[in-house]
Amino acid sequence: MIQNIPLSYYLVISTFMFFIGIYGFLTRRNLITMLMSIELILNSVNINFVAFNRYLYPQQLQGHFFMLIVIAVAAAEAAVAIAIIINIYRNFKSIDVENVDEMKY
Amino acid sequence: MADYTYTLLIPLIPLFVFLLLGLTGHKMKPLVAGLIGSTGLGISAILSYATAFKYFIGSHVAGAGYASIKGFEVSWLHLTDKLTIHLGVLIDPISVMMLVVITTVSLMVHIYSIGYMKGDPGFYRFFSFLSLFSFSMLGLVLATNIFQMYIFWELVGVSSFLLIGYYYEKPSAVAASKKAFIVTRFADLGFLIGILMLSFNTGTFDFQTLTDPHGPAIASAGGAAFMGLSVLTWSLIFIFIGGAGKSAMFPFHIWLPDAMEGPTPVSALIHAATMVVAGVYLVARLFPVYALGAPDALMVVAWVGGFSSIFAAVIACTQTDIKRVLAFSTMSQIGYMMLSLGVSGYGGEEGLGFMASNFHLFTHAMFKALLFLGAGAVIHAVHTNEIGGMGNLRKHLPITHITFLIACVTIAGIPPFSAFFSKDEILVAAFHSNKLLFAIEYIVAGLTAFYMFRLYYGIFWGKNTQYHHTPHESPLVMTIPLMILAFGSVFAGFIPFHALVTSDGLPFESKIDWLIAIPSVLIGVLGIVVATVMYKKENPLPDKVAGTFKHLYKWAYHKFYWDEIYLFVTRKIIYRYISEPIAWFDRHVIDATMNGIAGITQYSAYAIKGLQSGKLQQYGFVFVSGTIILVLIFVYLV
Amino acid sequence: MLNEVMFYLFGAMILTFSVLTVTTRRILRAAVYLLFVLISTAGLYFSLNYNFLAAVQLTVYAGGIVVLIIFSILLTSHLSERAVMAPLKQSIFSALATLAGATLTLMTILRFSFVPNTGVDPQLNITDIGNSMVSYNRDGYALPFEVISVLLLAAMIGAIVVAKKERKLKE
Repeated sequence: MIQNIPLSYYLVISTFMFFIGIYGFLTRRNLITMLMSIELILNSVNINFVAFNRYLYPQQLQGHFFMLIVIAVAAAEAAVAIAIIINIYRNFKSIDVENVDEMKY
Repeated sequence: MADYTYTLLIPLIPLFVFLLLGLTGHKMKPLVAGLIGSTGLGISAILSYATAFKYFIGSHVAGAGYASIKGFEVSWLHLTDKLTIHLGVLIDPISVMMLVVITTVSLMVHIYSIGYMKGDPGFYRFFSFLSLFSFSMLGLVLATNIFQMYIFWELVGVSSFLLIGYYYEKPSAVAASKKAFIVTRFADLGFLIGILMLSFNTGTFDFQTLTDPHGPAIASAGGAAFMGLSVLTWSLIFIFIGGAGKSAMFPFHIWLPDAMEGPTPVSALIHAATMVVAGVYLVARLFPVYALGAPDALMVVAWVGGFSSIFAAVIACTQTDIKRVLAFSTMSQIGYMMLSLGVSGYGGEEGLGFMASNFHLFTHAMFKALLFLGAGAVIHAVHTNEIGGMGNLRKHLPITHITFLIACVTIAGIPPFSAFFSKDEILVAAFHSNKLLFAIEYIVAGLTAFYMFRLYYGIFWGKNTQYHHTPHESPLVMTIPLMILAFGSVFAGFIPFHALVTSDGLPFESKIDWLIAIPSVLIGVLGIVVATVMYKKENPLPDKVAGTFKHLYKWAYHKFYWDEIYLFVTRKIIYRYISEPIAWFDRHVIDATMNGIAGITQYSAYAIKGLQSGKLQQYGFVFVSGTIILVLIFVYLV
Repeated sequence: MLNEVMFYLFGAMILTFSVLTVTTRRILRAAVYLLFVLISTAGLYFSLNYNFLAAVQLTVYAGGIVVLIIFSILLTSHLSERAVMAPLKQSIFSALATLAGATLTLMTILRFSFVPNTGVDPQLNITDIGNSMVSYNRDGYALPFEVISVLLLAAMIGAIVVAKKERKLKE
């Protein structure tokens, strides 16, 4: 049943998702949107892990656990990032990434 | 061998007093500070006398020579096994004699200063500087090696600088202190070069090794290195340059007259009795090396001394500032001592000049300190240095008058005052060595008597000057040192120096050579008579004489224009043709290079600081593109 | 057949909503699109027969993180606000870099022929996953589990410390 769909298709989807995330990260000015772009990137990686696990090593669980770890890391990262963003908002009254350049030079 | 470790205290007590007064003096009453200074020096003086007694009489075995003893020595800087610098205390006849001279004069000056400096706001500062100077000078004479001597030599220079510039509100005093420091420092460069050459050649700093007649220094005498003279000779000539600087010998004499800007007790202490004889002491200290290893260098010493003595004597006849007259007189007398060392040989009767030089150093310290302190008392009474503002003071200042007269007679060489004996020995030594120098010294003896009595009559006789307020005799605290020094001036001549201070430590027989002594006394008397005729009563004779020798007078009055020559050389030649190009080079090449480097750094920093923009997305863009390029390179191209 | 349909459907949804996430000018909508992306991903996992992972994806990602993001959006932005777009130059250069990267990656992937393991279809149940997670034998993941729990604790404390209001310094 899964043989009808080659592994490469999953990889193509994840690749596009990954680069869409990168594009968002590079162009969106809002820090929260940038955070969402990062979530996209992480999610694309998860798809890769799961697809490889399923297609190449169906007896093993590495892909599972990597995916779980990535989700946990993503959750932790989101929590800390949002805390930082709220702090920035409190200090700058803005979450535009262009405005947060006090520490330059 | 007797134990002399306690002599370490002689210099250390003044050092302690210096620190005490320098750090806490501003909280003391002036009188307390003065008493502490004088007491400290008094203890040093007593220890010095005890040392002298013990060394010359107490522990001395009759018939044997006076050995040179190291009372104390530590290794101070251990640089390498071959290069170690020691600090210590060397006891031998000349250092013991110098101890007595320095502590005596310094003690007198301390006591005198309590009266002289009364009411001065920097009283404690003055006494702390005096103590510093005493410490440096005592350390200098007790040095066991030439490097230690150099250290204290510079310390002496610094304390002299501080004392000359004591009235630092006065621009002339500041200028004089700088001049003294720079000139002596310049000469010290010669000293340092000499030390380096000498110690490099002989492998030692130590005086005992250096002056050992069978030691490496004298053994290295032979061979011509440069311009026909050996390395040893050159190094000794360089060392003598240092000595000439401190002793104000021609042509380094220009600082001494200006140094009279300092307080008069300072002039007495530093510029008459102790510091300026450091040069003589230096040559005396190394005398065996000079005499046995480098007679040519000794000839230089003799001629510089002889020329300086007559040069200064001529100038002294024309000066009107009493302290300057005394300053030139000092220069002249030190010239005597140098000459005497220069004509001396080593050992026994040959060493007469060496003995005479130290003898004269001793007596000169007494009478010259007396003269300066007397002049100080006069200045204290009439508030001027100019001879024209004085006259007929003998009724007002009876004690000063008597002691000053004693000093004048002494310096004129009239028997039985002390300088007669010492000067006579010098003349005998010169007579046996070099007739021309001998003749110069005869003339100088006459000139000395003349200018001293010109001064004496100018101050105490002559015209009836009207004073704003009647001059009064100085307090006892000032006159007692005068009397003590007068006593010393009169009787110091009877000390049997030929049995005590000789070139090789062995006593020899010496008696007065009347064939030489009588003419010298007559010349002295002649000088006095001429001065009496010209200056005792107010009369037009001096002006007439000055008019006759108009050019000579003018030249001598302006000190033969040496100051102007120095100024010309420094301002017009050195500044313009050496310093200014160097300064230009420094500003436009060295500084410009440094500025250029800094400028380039700054410019590039400005240029690349845009990279640290703080813009997160820019960083991200660079990161992504960089990763893509690296992947491209490493996956597909390599 | 159903599987294929599901795959293409979810793939299309993922791509569409991904693009919308990064292009919409309304930030709350972006969050909702992100939610759709994550749900579609969970659908992919279902189609791969990985039910546990799909459940985790839905609960943690879609349920947890997206809610967190929406909360922070509400805290920091006005809903009527339109996002400022990046300058054209920046957009173009970013798009170029992204396209280049995507091309490179796709070229690499498509040139490589993966050989799928066509063995038996494993029947995974949650008990196996749970045992494996706390086991310290070979194929046990107790250590990563512990590490990730410490990381989460640290992140929680850190988030609280960073986000809390600084107490005004009083004398």
